[in-house]
Amino acid sequence: MSLVTNLTLFVLAAFLGYEIITKIPTNLHTPLMSGANAISGITLLGSVLVAGSGETMLATVLGVLAVVMATINVVGGYLVSHFMLSQFNRGGR
Amino acid sequence: MADGVLGHLPPSALELAYLVAAIFFIQGLRDMTHPRTATRGNLISSGGMFLAVLATVLYFEILSPVLLAASLLVGGAVGAWLAVSVETTEMPQLVGLFNGFGGGASTLVAGAELVDAVDPATTASLGLELTTTAAIAGIVGTVTFFGSLVAAGKLHGLVGDSPIQGRTNQVMQALFFAAAVLAGLFLIVQSGLLGEAPVAEWLPAYWALVAAAAIFGILLVYPIGGADMPVVIALLNSMSGLAAATTGFVLDNTALIVAGTLVGAAGLILTFIMCDSMNRSLTNVLFGSMAEGGDEDMEDIYEGNITETSPEEVEMMLDAAERVVIVPGYGMAVAQAQHAVAELADLLEETGVDVEFGIHPVAGRMPGHMNALLAEADVDYEQMRELESVNPTFSQTDVVIVTGANDVVNPSAKEDEGSPIAGMPVLEVWDARSVIVNKRSLSPGFSGIPNPLFAKDNTSMLFGDAKQSMQDLVDAYNENH
Repeated sequence: MSLVTNLTLFVLAAFLGYEIITKIPTNLHTPLMSGANAISGITLLGSVLVAGSGETMLATVLGVLAVVMATINVVGGYLVSHFMLSQFNRGGR
Repeated sequence: MADGVLGHLPPSALELAYLVAAIFFIQGLRDMTHPRTATRGNLISSGGMFLAVLATVLYFEILSPVLLAASLLVGGAVGAWLAVSVETTEMPQLVGLFNGFGGGASTLVAGAELVDAVDPATTASLGLELTTTAAIAGIVGTVTFFGSLVAAGKLHGLVGDSPIQGRTNQVMQALFFAAAVLAGLFLIVQSGLLGEAPVAEWLPAYWALVAAAAIFGILLVYPIGGADMPVVIALLNSMSGLAAATTGFVLDNTALIVAGTLVGAAGLILTFIMCDSMNRSLTNVLFGSMAEGGDEDMEDIYEGNITETSPEEVEMMLDAAERVVIVPGYGMAVAQAQHAVAELADLLEETGVDVEFGIHPVAGRMPGHMNALLAEADVDYEQMRELESVNPTFSQTDVVIVTGANDVVNPSAKEDEGSPIAGMPVLEVWDARSVIVNKRSLSPGFSGIPNPLFAKDNTSMLFGDAKQSMQDLVDAYNENH
């Protein structure tokens, strides 16, 4: 994939993100943030690659650390959002 | 490298899986626009993440599957344990901490990719694209990680949260930021452009970059006061997304680019919403200081003008009220008074009183903090009203109860052009027939200025801890009904 294609994706995703997020009510800003936070743990894909296939010892160690941190981010982020949102639903009757 | 279980498939198969994951993320975020669909949206989003990770693991050859599985298990267990065991009141620091981990992981991945990309036997150039994006990912990720640690420490009370002002800190920030950028440039020129130096000579430049960015991240967040945390948390959220997106450029991975950018945009919008709600620029929050207070003396305003009230008196006022608005602030979070507040609201509702909550966007320590706390206490989200929609209703409101809030209900923002908070949107509670301010003392809020609301004719002060006072009101109300 070329740099220009990647930049195209970046710019389009930025506009899309802007459009979606401006529609989210203040009520949901905290769960939005922890949910979005979990999505930013997508860096886990990169971590998995370097941890699982690292060609040098150093790369593997860095990768393992990265996997642990990114997984905490992903699992914790989604769970926290889930708990918070279920509270909104309970209160929402 | 594509030698995994599904490695025989063409690369477009993996790209298609990433496309589906991206659709899941986007639909998940779209569902967040309403509380009814938000839970589903969160599940869809996590499904997208699962799919993306699974596709990656199956497509590429995993040399050390046991190690990978073990690290996934450890991370998953720690994440789940934190999410389950942390109290709602500790949510801001937890969200801050998770942000940091995402950023830290991006830094490590970019570093590992640099390490792996080099062939020690040759001095071939790594290419401008790889070194440039790795340098950016390294800086953004590291600032996110260390900035988040300091922010979480402040929110948890481990690091002092009063604002620190001064030139020295700004100079230090500039120095370390410049050092990080210089190390990045060195990396780009040495290994990206010239390709002359062998690995041992340029790799330390990446770690120097990380070290400088770490100190910059600490210096950036350390001086920022607790009440500005909503801005900081939102900004770090955005940066963790941008770190993932730049790592996507390093790895040439579309899933990272799309998902990271979505989060970057989301966090940035939240950041600016928070700044607008304080009528301050982002630069002012990060590097500036609040303007010095006006020349009004606290004693002049308060002397002889403060009316104190008791739970019993407030109960009588509530008894005669048809419409009540409750305005919570950080004090409610500190005292963990949300359940008592919700109980009071329920009691009033049962006797036919129209009860709503007026919530300022920057009340608390993270975006939506008050809403999350009240939701925990089973308050209906339809009752939580935003500043713009609740302000016009105060003139038809009989009683406003302000609990644990100060600056967000300060009339100086509207009436005194010389005030440090002049122009900040505030909840105009003084338009109501009577205002009850529940506070421990007359001490000023974060802005350090007196609040003329306390001295208004229609304001009475109910001194005391938020939880205790609200509980007293509930008891007084129960006695008479």
